[in-house]
Amino acid sequence: MFRRTPRVFAATLAVAALALGACAEKTTETPAPSGSPTAAAFPVTVGGLTLEQRPEKIVSLSATATEMLFAVGAGPQVTAVDDQSNFPADAPKTDLSGYQPNAEAIAAKDPDLVVLSDDRNKIVDQLTALRIPVYLTPAAQTLDDSYRQLTELGTLTGNTDAAADVVQRMKDDITKIVAEVPQRATAPTYFHELGPELYTATSKTFIGSVYTLAGLENIADAADADGKSAGYPQLSQEVIVKANPDFVFLSDVTCCQQSAETVKARSGWSSINAVRNDQIVELDDDIASRWGPRVVDLLRTIVDATAELPAS
Amino acid sequence: MPRTLKKVGPVGVATPPRPGGLRKRWLAAGVLAVLVALVAGVSLGPVSLPPGSVAIELLNLLPGVRLDSGLTEREVAIVTELRLPRAVLGLLVGGLLALAGGAYQGVFRNPLADPYLLGVAAGAGLAVTVVLTLGVGAGGSLSGLPVTIPLAAFVGSLGAVTMTYLLGAAGGRSRSPAALILAGVAVSAFLSAGQTYLLQRHADSIQQVYSWLLGRLATAGWQDVRLVLPYFLLTSLVILLLRRELDVLSVGDDEAASLGLHPQRSRYLLIAAASLGTAAAVSASGLIGFVGIIVPHTVRLLAGSSYRVILPLSLLFGGAFLALTDVVARTASAPQEIPIGVVTALLGGPFFVLVLRSARRVLT
Repeated sequence: MFRRTPRVFAATLAVAALALGACAEKTTETPAPSGSPTAAAFPVTVGGLTLEQRPEKIVSLSATATEMLFAVGAGPQVTAVDDQSNFPADAPKTDLSGYQPNAEAIAAKDPDLVVLSDDRNKIVDQLTALRIPVYLTPAAQTLDDSYRQLTELGTLTGNTDAAADVVQRMKDDITKIVAEVPQRATAPTYFHELGPELYTATSKTFIGSVYTLAGLENIADAADADGKSAGYPQLSQEVIVKANPDFVFLSDVTCCQQSAETVKARSGWSSINAVRNDQIVELDDDIASRWGPRVVDLLRTIVDATAELPAS
Repeated sequence: MPRTLKKVGPVGVATPPRPGGLRKRWLAAGVLAVLVALVAGVSLGPVSLPPGSVAIELLNLLPGVRLDSGLTEREVAIVTELRLPRAVLGLLVGGLLALAGGAYQGVFRNPLADPYLLGVAAGAGLAVTVVLTLGVGAGGSLSGLPVTIPLAAFVGSLGAVTMTYLLGAAGGRSRSPAALILAGVAVSAFLSAGQTYLLQRHADSIQQVYSWLLGRLATAGWQDVRLVLPYFLLTSLVILLLRRELDVLSVGDDEAASLGLHPQRSRYLLIAAASLGTAAAVSASGLIGFVGIIVPHTVRLLAGSSYRVILPLSLLFGGAFLALTDVVARTASAPQEIPIGVVTALLGGPFFVLVLRSARRVLT
């Protein structure tokens, strides 16, 4: 998956900040949670990685990892993030690249922990050779993967309790939102658009599992029944028109200038329920392509957009 | 396909006009191929529709006809709004690429001159990548049609051909076909490197650019047909009007001049028209290789080596070839799409080898 052009809407920012306490907005808690373990709790071990001391110069090369680090209260320990890490706004953005990670450029920041989503260019080997600790946060397949990454980042950065709070709050919020989903005889169908070339995601993907929580049925599932496309098939237009989804969700708004208007203007799409009933939802590209705490906002958006649909 | 292979003169020498019967037969075959491609294009797809109903819906497109085909409104849209424009666009783009390829081969007196080998593709690719990654002139439109990408593709492809031409065929006096091709390779490599660099710097646009590069008719609609049609008409008009000049040019500039022609002027006109056609094709459907080189040569091997014959037939057969290839692209692994550039190479390569082997003459 490709992350998208940085751009966050102020409204989303505000909502996310309030909902998640990502910028330490939550009640009276300070960024460094009082209950969190201090240096005494170190060394810590996660998987094969052992840190002797609390990391104070963290470099994050993944937009999702950056969101997670700040959410668990490790923000003050982060010294540099990559060029795609546009949330939260006060993250120390640099021109480091997560797509083309460069060991020298990373080492120049003298980090005591590097967080990456992809092991490209043998970067993990190179950093390990330089004795720089590396923690990988690969793209989540399930919500549990997200919870695990948040928990482990909390452990590694000495923010165990705060991380547990974040995970618990996410679980509670999701439970609450799912409870609002109306009971219907038949699930509304949807098409989730990753790009104007009509790449999409099936229910087997992380994003697809969020739609499943919202009680929706994916029209693309049959297209990748064998899983050969890893859950991301490219659909023929006529298959989409024939499937007649009730909703179209766009996650290519910022990257590719798609909108409800451009979808309506597409040749042959005017007869689709989603177009006819004005049920085209423009998502935030970033929120829809990351697996951090803001996945709750994504679920909220989806449920809010689909709740009004009368039970057919 | 009737296989009437005849002995013809070497490439570059206009054969005397052959008996009209054969020419007419090939022309009829070309028109038939286009019709077959059109019918296949609207009847076949990942969604199966009864052929009879499809035929009725096509009749309904005629003014004053209202027959009941038994199709739902959405199925009607699939036929008239998705398959039909896609088939038409395939015909236009394939025709343009084959025609431009044939024209380049004639102008440069080089059987290997193809829009792609001359750097056109790399030039268009770089320009479009600049637009997509840097957002230069994003959203520019002319009377409601998006023009930024087609315009960029045109500027890029014309610039690349000019570079190749200046490097490899100074003043059109190059006596070595290899020099031109090598220049094209060098220009392509240079421009592709620039494109790769840009993509590395703007990784977030990779998916968009990549899918464009692989070629697509997948998202074709009438708006794309409207975009390509004027360029198609202009390009084919210019090249077909100049097809006799091409025959003379292929003999030599001096002969052309002695016949009262302006070899250089014709050459520039042809290059500009072929580049415009290629750019229009590329901008509507991305990079689709192979058509520009395979179709004209197949026609040359089967129907004769005069450009008067090659060019119109390339237009017809190129269009039919691409429209049929597109049917394969959307049905082979339905409901998913296969990039059409992949299919043209997979089908075109072996087919061309077959034609080459069965033709009892050598391309020189």
